[in-house]
Amino acid sequence: MNPPDGESGNGSADEIPSGRGKRLHPLTPWRRAWAPLAGLFAVALQNAGEVRDQAEGAGLGWLLLGVAVLVLGATAYGYLSWRVTRYLVTETELRIRTGLLFRRTAHLRLDRIQAIDISRPLLARAFGVAKLKMDVVGSGSHDELVFLAEREATELRAELLARAAGIAPEAASSAGEAPARELHQVDSRMLGWSLALLGSAWGSLLAALVTTPLIWLATDSVLPALAVLLPLLAAIWRGSLGAFLTQYGWTVSESPDGLRLDHGLLQRDHATVPPGRVQAVRIVEPVLWRRRGWLRVELAVAGEGNEGGMLLPVGTRETVRALLGRILPDVDLDETLARIEAAPTRARWAVPVWRVGYGYGATDAVFVARHGRLRRTHTLVPHAKVQSVRLAQGPWERRLGLASIHVDQGANGTATARLLDAAHAADEVARQADRSRLGRRSATPDRWLT
Amino acid sequence: MDEVARGPGGDGGPGSADEGWRPIEAGVLTLRRLLLACWLGPLALAGAVLPPVLGAPLWALLALPVLAGGGWGWWALERNWLSWGYLERDDDLLINRGVLWRQLTVVPYGRMQLVEVTSGPLERRFGLARLQLHTAAAATDATIPGLAPAEAERLRDRLTELGEARSAGL
Repeated sequence: MNPPDGESGNGSADEIPSGRGKRLHPLTPWRRAWAPLAGLFAVALQNAGEVRDQAEGAGLGWLLLGVAVLVLGATAYGYLSWRVTRYLVTETELRIRTGLLFRRTAHLRLDRIQAIDISRPLLARAFGVAKLKMDVVGSGSHDELVFLAEREATELRAELLARAAGIAPEAASSAGEAPARELHQVDSRMLGWSLALLGSAWGSLLAALVTTPLIWLATDSVLPALAVLLPLLAAIWRGSLGAFLTQYGWTVSESPDGLRLDHGLLQRDHATVPPGRVQAVRIVEPVLWRRRGWLRVELAVAGEGNEGGMLLPVGTRETVRALLGRILPDVDLDETLARIEAAPTRARWAVPVWRVGYGYGATDAVFVARHGRLRRTHTLVPHAKVQSVRLAQGPWERRLGLASIHVDQGANGTATARLLDAAHAADEVARQADRSRLGRRSATPDRWLT
Repeated sequence: MDEVARGPGGDGGPGSADEGWRPIEAGVLTLRRLLLACWLGPLALAGAVLPPVLGAPLWALLALPVLAGGGWGWWALERNWLSWGYLERDDDLLINRGVLWRQLTVVPYGRMQLVEVTSGPLERRFGLARLQLHTAAAATDATIPGLAPAEAERLRDRLTELGEARSAGL
């Protein structure tokens, strides 16, 4: 991690003056304490006979002493590392100092913060503590504050966002949580149905039902069958109940510091996406949802954040249209989709059946590319977010007079419009370069409330 | 905007194209042909000489496909070299390359995060330098191989300057 604008550095005297900065919640050291204890217990259980022999040989006292020393040592380490971990909010930065032996101070520039998420795992919820995750451009890993008291986490989040948004520093600490207005909450019934209508979990279930008995019959032993079954079970879980648990009660609300996402049944997660940080929007339409007109919306935000960038797990066209208007104010969903031109018929010699899925279009605000026949996906990239445009053509495509356009955006993604008419594509690249230039000129600055 | 539509390749390569498409140095072609010869020459020689020595002279014919491949490569490298070209416009840089797989890359100056000039030992020997542009998108593939070092430096300075003047946030 060595970003050009120096978000991290080695500890020195001026980083966090002694006596200043705040500590994490006192429960923090226990966060990892259970893992070694559980491991120790598991090992002891597995070698129960050996342990008993050892205990009889060396005396139970010694064993207990060993365990006690281990636990004490771990506790002391946990306590000391908790003591040295501090964070401090300055006018321009959030500084986090960690490390008992190898000290590390991370400086997160407030105006580079892409999103701040609060996450509350089930156990943490029981103790009233929360994690605070910061996404910063240029730092690969997200820096976390684990754990903070719930109230403190909310306040700190509000303060950081307020400062990042450019509210005067003296007002920022008392500005509190910016008022949020609920835009949409996903209905649980609809969520359940939408997951049931997704093919992935059913596919895994089918695969599990077919392959496991076959392998069992073929090899006549349980182990290989289990080895196949377990990943499939995990996939089924992720696609059905697991997804339901994380996406339950999905709420999108609007506040001056960005769009808020709250979701989860057991583990509550809370994310904020500042406006203007959205590099691309993906609208996904699985085949079985199409009759009902349901859509899923995913966001690409620079810095990789919230749960694969999901904005809305399922919603009707009207909902999606309204939400899209909040993220990209100049974009009208219906108008954008109406602009899409399908791939020319001769493209069937390049991509036989799936040709129908391909298409592209552009409005004054976004470039949109469509692909997929069963699961239709639209990728929208605002012109102001385009990093580079590429025109590519392979030998077979040239034969057919086709070409493709790649539009690269800053969240490490590319919107690809394939199977365009070649002459048209060349014009389109030129126009796209122009549109991006104009889009950038009118783009809003980095600080979004000033 | 015609220059984008037309591209440098088209009929005669960047050498004959107008509107300021610049070709890359001829040294690249020499270097690549030399590398080709270094790889395929010994292979063809071994294919031609070893079988008679080992008493199976017919197998010496194996050297022919290698030679043919080398000849094709000799010709293809030239075509590929001709296809390369770059054009500095007011707001963006265009890079064109490839014959079978053509690619035209447009990078706006304001989006450049980093301009890199590298030169390996062989490249230095032939008086060449390679310029690479990085944007916030990793997929951006904007490299110009085979610039004269002076030209690479001029381009780097100009791009950096323009990048600063036109820089935009993410």
